Amino acid sequence: MSQLSTLPKPRRNVELALLLLALAVGIGANMLVGVDQEKAFDSDFWFQSSLLAVAALVFHGVLRFRAKYADPVILPIVVALNGIGLAMIHRLDAPGEDTGNNQLRWTLIAMAVAIAVIWFLKDHRILRRFTFISLAASALLLILPLVPGISAGEILGARVWIRLGPMTFQPGEVAKITLAIFFAGYLSSNRDLILLAGRKVGPLQFPRFKDMGPMITAWLVSIGVLIFQRDLGSSILFFGLFIVMIYVATSRISWVVIGLALIAGGGFVAAQVFSHVELRIYGWLNAFTEEVYGRSPGGSLQIVQGLFGMANGGLVGTGLGQGRPDLVPFANSDMIIASLGEELGLIGLFAVVLMYLLLFTRGFRAALGTRDAFGKLLACGLSFAVALQCFVVIGGVTRLIPLTGLTTPFLAAGGSSLLANWIIVGLLLMISHTARGPVDTTPLPPAKGSEATGIDTPTEAVKHL
Amino acid sequence: MNQAIRHSWVAAVAMFALIFGAISYVQVIGADELKANPWNQRAVLQSFCNDRGAIVVGGSPVAESVESGSETCAFQRTYPQPELYAGITGYFSQNFGATGLEQSMGGELAGNSDQLFLDRVGQLFLGNQPKGASVELTIDPEIQQLAYSLIPDGQRGSIVVTNPKTGAILAMVSKPSYDPNLVATQDLAAAAASMNELVKVPGINLNPNVSGPTGELLAPGSVFKLVDTAAALASGKYNKDSELPNPAELPFEGIQYRLPNYAGGNCYTRDTASFAFALQQSCNTPFASIALDLGRDAIADQAEKFGFGQDMGDQLKLDYASGNTFPDDLDGPGLAQSVIGQKDVRATPLQVAMMTAAIANDGVQMQPNLIKTLRSPDLRVIDEPQPKQLRTSTTPAIANQITEWMVSAVSEGIANRAGVPGVQVAGKTGTAELGNGTNNSWFTGFAPANNPQVGVTIVMEGVDINTGAQLTSPNAKRIFEAVLNK
Repeated sequence: MSQLSTLPKPRRNVELALLLLALAVGIGANMLVGVDQEKAFDSDFWFQSSLLAVAALVFHGVLRFRAKYADPVILPIVVALNGIGLAMIHRLDAPGEDTGNNQLRWTLIAMAVAIAVIWFLKDHRILRRFTFISLAASALLLILPLVPGISAGEILGARVWIRLGPMTFQPGEVAKITLAIFFAGYLSSNRDLILLAGRKVGPLQFPRFKDMGPMITAWLVSIGVLIFQRDLGSSILFFGLFIVMIYVATSRISWVVIGLALIAGGGFVAAQVFSHVELRIYGWLNAFTEEVYGRSPGGSLQIVQGLFGMANGGLVGTGLGQGRPDLVPFANSDMIIASLGEELGLIGLFAVVLMYLLLFTRGFRAALGTRDAFGKLLACGLSFAVALQCFVVIGGVTRLIPLTGLTTPFLAAGGSSLLANWIIVGLLLMISHTARGPVDTTPLPPAKGSEATGIDTPTEAVKHL
Repeated sequence: MNQAIRHSWVAAVAMFALIFGAISYVQVIGADELKANPWNQRAVLQSFCNDRGAIVVGGSPVAESVESGSETCAFQRTYPQPELYAGITGYFSQNFGATGLEQSMGGELAGNSDQLFLDRVGQLFLGNQPKGASVELTIDPEIQQLAYSLIPDGQRGSIVVTNPKTGAILAMVSKPSYDPNLVATQDLAAAAASMNELVKVPGINLNPNVSGPTGELLAPGSVFKLVDTAAALASGKYNKDSELPNPAELPFEGIQYRLPNYAGGNCYTRDTASFAFALQQSCNTPFASIALDLGRDAIADQAEKFGFGQDMGDQLKLDYASGNTFPDDLDGPGLAQSVIGQKDVRATPLQVAMMTAAIANDGVQMQPNLIKTLRSPDLRVIDEPQPKQLRTSTTPAIANQITEWMVSAVSEGIANRAGVPGVQVAGKTGTAELGNGTNNSWFTGFAPANNPQVGVTIVMEGVDINTGAQLTSPNAKRIFEAVLNK
């Protein structure tokens, strides 16, 4: 970590400048939407713009105060993405619809929660104490949508929603964070154990069977999500998250091999046994046949219309408000990438995807820089999860892979997704703060109550050997 | 650990490289193919606010673009007689694309067709707004109005009036119909709300390939006996003097089911019947016997020759139902029921009209035609479709023989209420039982029998016997009179 030899700089003013640029992008997009629909600069526009700007600047202020060494690029990127998403959702609102304001409300809530995470958590290493609580929380979150009474039932073929009063919520979005915390905590405690034991086969060192417990757990969670919630996207996301984290924890490519073999086997069996998986894949391969196109539900109309939209956009796009993204079902949520592709063109969509690339790159950067294994694993896992989620969504919309129901982080309409991804941003900012700041030699304050959770016990590893 | 983190980053970047490739393919490399896909309505929709050509009937427009007064969308498509012509014009909607002639003649109406090339070059230099061609229809507005009024409100039914010699369609109506203005409006929320309501109406003629005279596949009932008769005469096994078995019930080996003659008619008075009597009284068992004798293929072939489930040519310019309508695998009872137009055999009202037109036109079926002229914006005629033969359905001798029997069905048989004083009318009725106590009641025929000027096909769906009888033959008579007195 030679890059830390220079004196650490907070770079908060850089962040402020970038943030103003990001706000200009988001608010500018919203303004263009208004211009094209002959309602620019109405009270709604000023209200929305000023709220977003105030929230972003408050967030910036909190970082100055609480995490002044945090990465200065992350917040502006996320504000820009969120702003573009708001503009597109606002643009797609039919008269009388209010998805745009609803999305703004959720943005403000999500930013407030992310600020609270930074404010109250102070140091990400504290999360390590919640390793097994996180596991329990993940299990709870994943089971909730299946519990009668709370479950919102099957929506669009998947059972991933719960009903809280008038709102629906997708607990799986938050589960990816709690799962990442669990994996990071567990693996950072047990990595030595997993690393040292095992049998060497050719160039690969395979783990002992008894050390595969967490791998099997993760596999079961993923397959369970696939079977019971019928959610292929989340299943891929959780398992990918786990494989990357165990690979980073052990540096053993054998884990990736085992993991991919397990997912391939599980996926193959699932495709044989469960009609919804088979239908997805068949529909993906035969999207342009009349049979699949006209099928309802589960037909390919959505993706085919999305492709038409993107083709219509071409290189430079139709311009915001000039295209017809409203012809695509779920244009403001699942298919928002197609909507952006149509109106902003290849160039605009590349810019959006590049922002994601920059975002997860800064996350990996934080993982490299931070000094504790837990922080490295957590930052790496969360960053990879964002990247994988983008890949699954955009790959699905462009028919590179089968379309799944995952949301596009920060862009798609939906409160749970916004909330979860802003919490991820809060965590990444906090980890980057410790990564970029001066070396903190003070030990963590002891946890209140018992510490007998067996988390930080290198001596135990020796005992096992 | 840091090395593994870097590798993970490389893996993530590799995924993004794939995404960049996929986006490039969809938006640039493969974009032309996607734009040319027939499901892609965006090209139609981009011209939504332009001035399109009118669809004209008898000199007045039934679909036209008028200035909307809005700055963002200069023209609004309007339909002055909406319900009357909805099944033909279709709609032109920003939300839902186009149907009917608005869709099939879209290129001409928008001014993009090759025939308008010179006009487009002119517009390029003069800087005029592009304006589309106007389409004048073969429809006679008075007959169209009369036919529409003959279907009572709340009654499902279709009427097709043709000129058998040219294939020109003089009227084509169905109920329930709808107001295309509701879905063509620039108020997209209102259009969506209207569409939500319209799709709930059973039998509404929103899509010409599944509903209305061109699309709705109905059990044809006894009008299908004209197919059986043609097949019998064409086989050589039967001639005009043949005596056909006419038992009150036709038994089948090994099963309980017996095919009966209609209990209310005069069929029971004879054990054998001539073709003339069997057609006049529409007895079932003689035709079932013919079919069992000739076999399924002979009947199905004749049905195809009359155009059932076949191509309708390229002059109709409306979508229509297609595909096999005479079932493939039939046992004895199944065949016997099918050849009297029951069970699974299906036909659209337009197909029945075309069968009758072929009989009227000495066995030659003309292409059904809706388009009279196509005119450029300066009213120059740029296309005028000429009558074209579609196929030969049967020989002139057989056609004339069937005509003779159809005349007797009107003069002496159960179609007598279609008779017009002083004119020889040929006709055939049909009643297909729907199994719930109601019927599809049919009439198909033409007049004058010796020099056919007009063919009329009427179907009323889901009616009792008496209502059906009142709404078919007497209404046919009124249409015959209206056309012939012109």
